[in-house]
Amino acid sequence: MEVNQNSQVSQDSSIRLPSDTKEVAKLIKKNYQSNSPIEIIGSGSKKNIGKPLQASTTISLSNLNGIIDYKPEELYIKVKAGTPLRIIEEELKKNKQFLAFDPIDFGHLFIGSSEQGTAGGAISTNLSGPRRFMSGSARDHILGFKGVNGKGEIIKSGGNVVKNVTGYDLSKLVTGAYGTLVVLTEITLKVLPLAESNETLVIHDLPLENGTEILSSAINYSNEISGAVFFPENAINIFKLNDLKQDGSITALRLEGSTKSRGRSVEKIVDNLSLTNKKISVLGQYQSDLFWDKVKNLEIFNNTKNSVLRIVIPPAECTNLIRRLKIHATKYYIDWAGSLIWVETDNLNKDILKEIRKKVYNASGYLTLIKSTSSLRSTEDVFTSEVIKFKIYEKIKKSFDPKRIINPGKMYIGI
Amino acid sequence: MTNLKMPKINKKMILNKKEIVQDFIKIVKKDNVLFDDAEVKPFETDALSAYKQKPMIVVLPETTGEVSKILSYCNKKRIKVVPRGAGTGLSGGALPLEDAVLVVLSKFNKILEIDFQNRCVVAQPGVTNLSITEAVQHKNFYYAPDPSSQIACSIGGNVAENSGGVHSLKYGTTTNNLLGLEVVLMDGTVCNLGGKTFDSEGYDIMGLFTGSEGLLGVVTKAIVKILKKPETVKATLIGFPTIEDGGNCVSEIIAKGIIPAGMEMMDKALIHATENFAKAGYPKNAESMLIVEVDGDPNEVEESIDRIKNIAKHNNCTSIKISKNEKERLKFWAGRKAAFPACGAMAPDYYCMDGTIPRGKLSEVLKEIQRLSKVYDLKVANAFHAGDGNLHPLIMFDSNDPKSLEKTEKFGADILKYCVKVGGVLTGEHGVGIEKRELMCEMFNNNDIQQQLKIKLALDPSSLLNPGKVYPILRKCAEEGRIHAHGSKSKFSSIPRF
Ligand SMILES: Cc1cc2nc3c(=O)[nH]c(=O)nc-3n(C[C@H](O)[C@H](O)[C@H](O)COP(=O)(O)OP(=O)(O)OC[C@H]3O[C@@H](n4cnc5c(N)ncnc54)[C@H](O)[C@@H]3O)c2cc1C
Repeated sequence: MEVNQNSQVSQDSSIRLPSDTKEVAKLIKKNYQSNSPIEIIGSGSKKNIGKPLQASTTISLSNLNGIIDYKPEELYIKVKAGTPLRIIEEELKKNKQFLAFDPIDFGHLFIGSSEQGTAGGAISTNLSGPRRFMSGSARDHILGFKGVNGKGEIIKSGGNVVKNVTGYDLSKLVTGAYGTLVVLTEITLKVLPLAESNETLVIHDLPLENGTEILSSAINYSNEISGAVFFPENAINIFKLNDLKQDGSITALRLEGSTKSRGRSVEKIVDNLSLTNKKISVLGQYQSDLFWDKVKNLEIFNNTKNSVLRIVIPPAECTNLIRRLKIHATKYYIDWAGSLIWVETDNLNKDILKEIRKKVYNASGYLTLIKSTSSLRSTEDVFTSEVIKFKIYEKIKKSFDPKRIINPGKMYIGI
Repeated sequence: MTNLKMPKINKKMILNKKEIVQDFIKIVKKDNVLFDDAEVKPFETDALSAYKQKPMIVVLPETTGEVSKILSYCNKKRIKVVPRGAGTGLSGGALPLEDAVLVVLSKFNKILEIDFQNRCVVAQPGVTNLSITEAVQHKNFYYAPDPSSQIACSIGGNVAENSGGVHSLKYGTTTNNLLGLEVVLMDGTVCNLGGKTFDSEGYDIMGLFTGSEGLLGVVTKAIVKILKKPETVKATLIGFPTIEDGGNCVSEIIAKGIIPAGMEMMDKALIHATENFAKAGYPKNAESMLIVEVDGDPNEVEESIDRIKNIAKHNNCTSIKISKNEKERLKFWAGRKAAFPACGAMAPDYYCMDGTIPRGKLSEVLKEIQRLSKVYDLKVANAFHAGDGNLHPLIMFDSNDPKSLEKTEKFGADILKYCVKVGGVLTGEHGVGIEKRELMCEMFNNNDIQQQLKIKLALDPSSLLNPGKVYPILRKCAEEGRIHAHGSKSKFSSIPRF
């Protein structure tokens, strides 16, 4: 156990806790030589997303923790991969900045309380919150990384600047790869200034088709809307906000900008989308922040025992697809102005999953099984898979991890 | 680099030219295969015109099926392929090879679908950047990435180079504005990536292909995001007594939480060059000048402009003009957009560099460029996408004097090395191509480069697609400073170098 001299070993003797890139490389090299698979975790907050793994060793990156370099005026922050998002966001907030890809706190979904996870986890899963349609997802906000491939070699790509086309953009490739290509150890992220203020315009009691229509015309009207969601009736009791009492459907739009111009912008939207005769309310900054946190963090599905699906589609398909899926949806809501549907379903099995996936596929979208029993996740596809792309994935995987030792099978069987 | 080393020429392949031409005529229309010296001559260079090489054959496919057949044929026969869009690339990415087939996508140029409901346009690769905006502007939409070459450059080329423009600061580069791609791999496989949806599952192959300079596959279709035109757009023109003041103003605008739509900087040499050329009303006494453009809600725009004015004053500006109307705004831009032709008017030739640096290092780097300009005795004018740190020094030289080109290239390389030294990168948007190939080792060590080459080989095992580009041929990236260097040199000896 030569490795243990360097990296700490936790109580559970199979979990390794390396504290720098070199130690990670050493551990992986050893496993590469002995052909033994490794599971990689950050803090473990998203351990149950993806396929269940069977690995003799687990590497936790939680000791690779800390901000390496933060330059607010250069709009970047460089962190060790295991740094908790909470720490990063707190630091950014001091300078009125934030991570604009809206990393989701999956703790509410999986354990019923906040557990934000680490920078590495947010990048590896590429699951971005409500702001995505405006600001891009995690893959649009990673500027560079350092990490270790499946042979134990330390590699890097990108840098600290936004404009960079030097060599292949491997940062994109490792984002959303669920730790199957590279064990990330350092990550540089783009940061952006927080808007001075925000408000949320809520339109009540619209039927689904009118709700999605308004989402769409709102973002066609202005590029400055940074949130656009629809909750069907009876879904909103989670919000418990003073200004949101009705239990009919809600269609909500977030407007951001300077404190001075906020009120005027809301009025303009109301005028331009002809909402004057609709039942509307406006959430001020405090309630608006709470509202969008709950939307982002899937609090509507708090600690559910049911399965949760993430469905991404061209927005024009949204209404029809929901009609087709309704019988399976215990709860659902629409985000990204109609491009994302989150669905909770209590009767999911192999056949129903296949049926839903087919409907989503026919609507030119894709489906991710975010939460479900481990048996369903191990026998069925968690991610949509296509033959041609699968062949490319196999080749890419092999170029990083020829013996398939890091997170093997986490995304697809055979990858 | 003047004596450019390219991959070994396969003389036997050239002897088979007739036969290959015959086979291509079975795949594409007869008129779309060019092989006479005179016919292929127009394709001998891209916009890095110091390098010229006629291709063996030029083929102009018009469908994905044709591209697929051409590539799979070339793959089987081991024929090298160089993809080309409009040939406006500035790093020699589309430079032909003597024994290669140049696959030109310019006739493959229809807009297939305009989908306002899903806010996207589906275009064939040869469609020009500007014509996408032209196709949707009647409904007040536009395609955000706006390279200065947008009238001519193709969307396929934009994808291959991950091109940016003056508005990338707020709206991102090509990679942030793509929803889907259709690509053909060297073995002829047609692959659809993304679609009309955001993001996609599995590995981000679309992200990998974007900016891969035609080394991994040929783009045959792009689905791009379109945006609503902002309600108001205003530009300010600000003059400064020193370069430092201009640079500090840029940093302060960003630090104060303003993200302008675009923020361009020019030095005195370029102010004068463009003013003589375009009469845009630039402050001729200023040492540096900024164009700061803000867009969005009219009230917000006014507020931002006020704040920018105060920041500029705080940084000792000597003049401020704010565009009163659209005509004046476009006039402000006219000079900046004429930067290249203006330099062209000042010297027989100019050489455009493209490094990115942290914004805060701006005045340091410009000073170094001025120092080098004296050392090399070559004039230089600087344009700068200041908002995102992307620097375009324009070195003026005379290509009739071979020594002058060599000196220019050395000067350029010194600038780029300095960019890397201060924490920046070799290329922000023009790509590595042949131009910066040998400088890759300034940024990457052997492990980094080998990982990239392994991806290349995974998708193109015989290295037939655009060989000789991007990755160093002459140098092996230094291994000092590496942690796991032991033995890896020999371990990778089986992997060919490009
Ligand atoms: C005056 C001028 C101004 C410019 N301004 C800018 C600017 O502001 N911002 C900027 O980013 N760039 C700028 N450029 C550079 C250039 O226009 C861009 O790089 C552009 O994207 C190249 O497109 P193209 O169609 O001309 O590609 P080409 O020059 O034909 O090819 C460029 C590269 O892409 C590959 N390629 C082309 N088409 C395909 C395809 N369909 N599939 C796969 N590979 C392909 C080629 O092999 C080559 O490596 C400028 C160039 C000029 C001459």
